[in-house]
Amino acid sequence: MCGIVGIYLKSKKFEKDLGKMLSGMLINMESRGPDSAGFAIYKKEKKEEFKYSICINNLAFEKFKKGITGKIKFTKILKNSDHIILSSKEKPKKVLDILNEFKGVSLVGYGKSIEIFKQIGNPKDVVKKFNLENFSGTHGIGHTRMATESAITTDGSHPYSTGSDECLVHNGSLSNHNNLRRNLTKKGINFKSENDTEVAAGYISNHLSSKKNLKETLMSGLGDLDGFYTFITGTRKGFAVVRDEIACKPAVVAETKDYVAIASEFQAMAHLPGVNMAKIFEPEPGVVYSWGN
Amino acid sequence: MKLDLRKLKLRKVNETLQSIDQKRNNKSYTILNPEGNHAICAGLTDDIDVTVKGHVGYYCGGMNQNANITVEGNVGTGVAENMMSGKIHVKGNASQSAGATAHGGFLLIDGDTSSRCGISMKGIDIVVKGSVGHMSAFMAQSGNLVVCGDAGEALGDSLYETDIYIKGRVKSLGADCIEKKMDNKHLKKLDKLLKKAKLDKLKSKDFKRYGSARKLYNFKIDNVSNY
Repeated sequence: MCGIVGIYLKSKKFEKDLGKMLSGMLINMESRGPDSAGFAIYKKEKKEEFKYSICINNLAFEKFKKGITGKIKFTKILKNSDHIILSSKEKPKKVLDILNEFKGVSLVGYGKSIEIFKQIGNPKDVVKKFNLENFSGTHGIGHTRMATESAITTDGSHPYSTGSDECLVHNGSLSNHNNLRRNLTKKGINFKSENDTEVAAGYISNHLSSKKNLKETLMSGLGDLDGFYTFITGTRKGFAVVRDEIACKPAVVAETKDYVAIASEFQAMAHLPGVNMAKIFEPEPGVVYSWGN
Repeated sequence: MKLDLRKLKLRKVNETLQSIDQKRNNKSYTILNPEGNHAICAGLTDDIDVTVKGHVGYYCGGMNQNANITVEGNVGTGVAENMMSGKIHVKGNASQSAGATAHGGFLLIDGDTSSRCGISMKGIDIVVKGSVGHMSAFMAQSGNLVVCGDAGEALGDSLYETDIYIKGRVKSLGADCIEKKMDNKHLKKLDKLLKKAKLDKLKSKDFKRYGSARKLYNFKIDNVSNY
């Protein structure tokens, strides 16, 4: 069991409250996932710049900063608990190579608008640690994890990001992830964990990079990904949700004129403004729903 | 009597409703601010009226005996799960497994239900004014499932003795579920259920009846391909 949540703002009205809204949703989903939590927030992009979300674990901030100085030309470096948001105008390939080789830190995602934070621990503590309430943005997704098929580690936490401004959260389990991982590794996708969801994220990135749009990608995923799942996948412009054909894993959507919210259970959305007047529905099995993409 | 879930803990609310003194207590209750909580009104045993003002989570009215529960909103997974008697009326939509394993009583849903409505039902009567999702009445054993809209894939898979009445389209029938003749006995029974749901305007002859072909009750080697 895991909890997944997402919110996409249709108007600017709640941009300043995005973190607050998402934070309440994550805390409420603690009952579905007390082991670890994470979230991705999409902010307005800066055209020339890429942002890298890095978990430095126990490494001292100064040590990390010293380690990259001279190697990466950065415009901004921000510390938020044990995560760093590094902004740079350099080409992503170069920066990614350096960060991937940096011992003791792990890159959790990068892109022009995405920032990802994830860590082991109770969702309430994780949310507080990163001050999610103070975040603003256009959309965000989050996850609370009850670990089943791989260890409770930062790398085993969601969201997973395997491409620029892409991320994925998952409730369920995949049964053919080892086979898929082997095939995707051959295509040059780099995996950090033994986790099944990371494979699904790699699958999505691989399809998106071959010029398929998100909807087409998720449609082909319905044929290739075997197992139980409700996925929420985020991109720079919006997000999408899809459930497998059996639809054992829950999902409920609430849509108002200002926002679209999605969660594993309605109770995660009960605090959202105007939710009692929202259009509320369950995504049908095997159908891709997307907003903003 | 009003019970506000913003002020009272769920356990306190359920305890209050589970320990009614028929002589002293009032018989009508309203639950405010359910906010998607699970197990609201679970395990009630007395003949009381409860109205829930808003959307609720999982297993609402589970194991109900005698109580008359109305939900003015949507319900999550497993509403009326294992209900024994009484009535539950959902004014919105229901999630999956509505009325699962229920032995008796009456479940009325004004909207749609998602998958597995009436899974393993054992005697409950369920009337859905909208449509039901895939695998509804899976392994259903007795009772009646009435659907005024459409039914999803694999309706009545591995069915025992539940009668299913569908007014709309059936996407596909599950293993061992077949359309059956609607005789007078069934028309009368359906009329009674429609009346109970205050759907008197609907005509029982517009429904089709589905039931078990009774070929999967015991394992027979000839049926192996059906498993």
